[in-house]
Amino acid sequence: MPATALHAAAPRPGLTEALLAERRRRRSRAAVAASVLAAATLLAASVGGFDPVRLIARLPRVGEFLDLLVPPIRAGHVIEDVGEWYWGLGKWLRLLADTLLMAFLATALGTAGGALLSFPAAANLTPGPVAYWISRRLLEFARAVPDLVFAIVFVFAFGLGPLAGVLAIAVHTLGAQGKLFAEANENIDMRPCEGVRAAGGSPREEIVHAVLPQVLPNWISFTFWRFEVNVRSATIIGFVGAGGIGLELYESLRLSYYDDVGAILLIVACTVFAIDWASEALRGRVAEGSARA
Amino acid sequence: MRAGDAPGMAEARRVQLAALLAAGRPNPWPRRAWAVLAVAVLVYAAFAVELIGPKFVNGLPRLAGAAAMMLPPKGWQHLPEWLWALAETVAMAFLGTLLGAAAAVPLGFASARNTLKLRALQFGFRRFADSLRSLDHLIWAIVFVRAVGLGPLAGIMAIAIVDAGTLAKLFSEAMENADPKPLDGVRSTGASGAETIRWGLLAQVLPNMLASTLYMWESNTRSATILGIVGAGGIGYQLSDRLRVYDWGEASTIILLILGAVYVIDFVSARLRRSLIRGG
Repeated sequence: MPATALHAAAPRPGLTEALLAERRRRRSRAAVAASVLAAATLLAASVGGFDPVRLIARLPRVGEFLDLLVPPIRAGHVIEDVGEWYWGLGKWLRLLADTLLMAFLATALGTAGGALLSFPAAANLTPGPVAYWISRRLLEFARAVPDLVFAIVFVFAFGLGPLAGVLAIAVHTLGAQGKLFAEANENIDMRPCEGVRAAGGSPREEIVHAVLPQVLPNWISFTFWRFEVNVRSATIIGFVGAGGIGLELYESLRLSYYDDVGAILLIVACTVFAIDWASEALRGRVAEGSARA
Repeated sequence: MRAGDAPGMAEARRVQLAALLAAGRPNPWPRRAWAVLAVAVLVYAAFAVELIGPKFVNGLPRLAGAAAMMLPPKGWQHLPEWLWALAETVAMAFLGTLLGAAAAVPLGFASARNTLKLRALQFGFRRFADSLRSLDHLIWAIVFVRAVGLGPLAGIMAIAIVDAGTLAKLFSEAMENADPKPLDGVRSTGASGAETIRWGLLAQVLPNMLASTLYMWESNTRSATILGIVGAGGIGYQLSDRLRVYDWGEASTIILLILGAVYVIDFVSARLRRSLIRGG
C-alpha cells in the first residue's frame, strides 16, 4: 500500500465492509471453537468420572496427607528432630546419586541413538523412502510407549536394578530426541549442503560440515531439557524395581512410613529444583558457545 | 599465494591469519576438560549399572523371548473394556490439561517479570510454579489416590497440578519475551492496565500459549497411559496388570491401542497448532 493511502481522508471503498466481514468470520470461528471445546469438556467429564462435589469434599484430605509427611518438629529441638526425621540420609543420598547417574547415562545413550536416527527420519536428508518410513515408525514406537512400560519389560529381561531403568529411559529418550532432532534437521538451510556436495563431499562430510553446525545449538538445548525430564523419570522408575530412589519411596509408601516418604520427597524435590536451575543456566551458555565455535 | 611473494612472506601471513582466528575463539581447554569429565562419568555409570558386563548380554535373549511372545497380539475379546479404559485415559489427559492451563493463566501472569512488578512476589510465584512440577505425575497421583480415592479423578488432579506448574513457566516466559512496543503503543492511547494487557500483550502471546497447551495435551496423553499403575484410572491399570503376570500377548494388544490413541491425538494436535500459527 502506498504511504499516501494512510493519510487519505476517506477509507478505500469497501474496506470497512471487508474489515467487518473479517471480524464476523473471526467471531463465528471463535464461537465454533468455544462450543467444540465445551462439548469435548462435557464429554471428557462424563467419561472420566469427573465429580466436582467429591473433589471439593475430599480436597482437605490432600492437606491431611501432606501433613502426615512431616513429623512434629519441636521449637527447641529443631536439629535433633530433623536429624531423627532424616535418619536414612546417607542411604537416601546414595540412592539419589544412583538416580542422577541413571538419568545421565540414559540421556547420553538415548540422545546418541536419536541423533543417528534423526538423519534418515528427516525428509530432506533421508537416503530413501524405506529408510524414512522405518526410522519414523521406530521413533514413534519408542516415544509413544511410556518408559515405565519399557521398565517393566526390561526388569523381566535384565533383572531388578538400575540397568533396566537406564535402558527404559534411554529407549524413550531415543524416540523423543529423534523426533525433535529430525524436525530441527528438516528446518535447516539446504544451501550449505549443496555447497559441500558441489565440492565433492561425501554424505558424512555433508552432515558434519553443513548440517551439524546449523542444528547443534537446538540439539544441545533439547538435550538439557530432556535431561531435566529424565531426572524426574528416574526418580519414579524404581516403582517397578528398575533402580534409583523410586523403590525406596514406593516401599515406604506401601508400609505407611509417612515420615520417610516426606523426607524422600523433599530431597527429591530439592534435587530436581537444583538440576533444573543449573541446567537452565548452562543451557543458554553452552548452546551459545556452540553457535559461535 | 600471490606471484612475487617470497616463501617466507606466505608463511608469515599464514601465522598471522592463524593467530587472528585463534584470538576470536574462546579458550578450548575448559570445554575439553568438561568433555573428558563427562565421558569418565558415563563410563563409570555404564560399569556401575552393569551395562558393560554379563547382566546385559544375558538379558538380551530373554528380551527377545518376551518380544517373540508379544506376537501375535491376543485378547481381542477384552476390546470393549480396553477401549473404555483408553477413552478414560484420553479424557483424563484432556481434563487435566484444561484444569492445569486454567490455573496456569493467573499463575503465569503472577510469575512474569513484566506483568507483576513486585520482584519479591513475582520470584515467589515462579518458585511455587517450579515446585509444582518438581515431582513426577505418578507421585502426585499417589497423593490424590489417597485423598479422592481410586479412579480417574486422582489422575486428572495429578496431571492438572504438574501442568499448572509447567504451563505457568511457559506462559510467563512467553510474556517476558513479548515485544514491549505494542504495550507502550496501547498505553499511549490512554488505555487502562487491563486493556493494555489484553490488546498489547495477550494479542501477542495467546497463539503461543495455546500452542504450548496443545503440546502439553499430547504429552499428557502419553503420561496418562501409565497413571493406572498406582490406581489413578485409565488403561495403565490393565496394562500393568497384564505385564505383571507376564501375559505378553494381551499386553501387546493394549500397547498397540495406546500407540493408536497417541497417534490420533498427536495428529489432531499438530493440525490445530498449525492452524493456530497460520490463522492466529
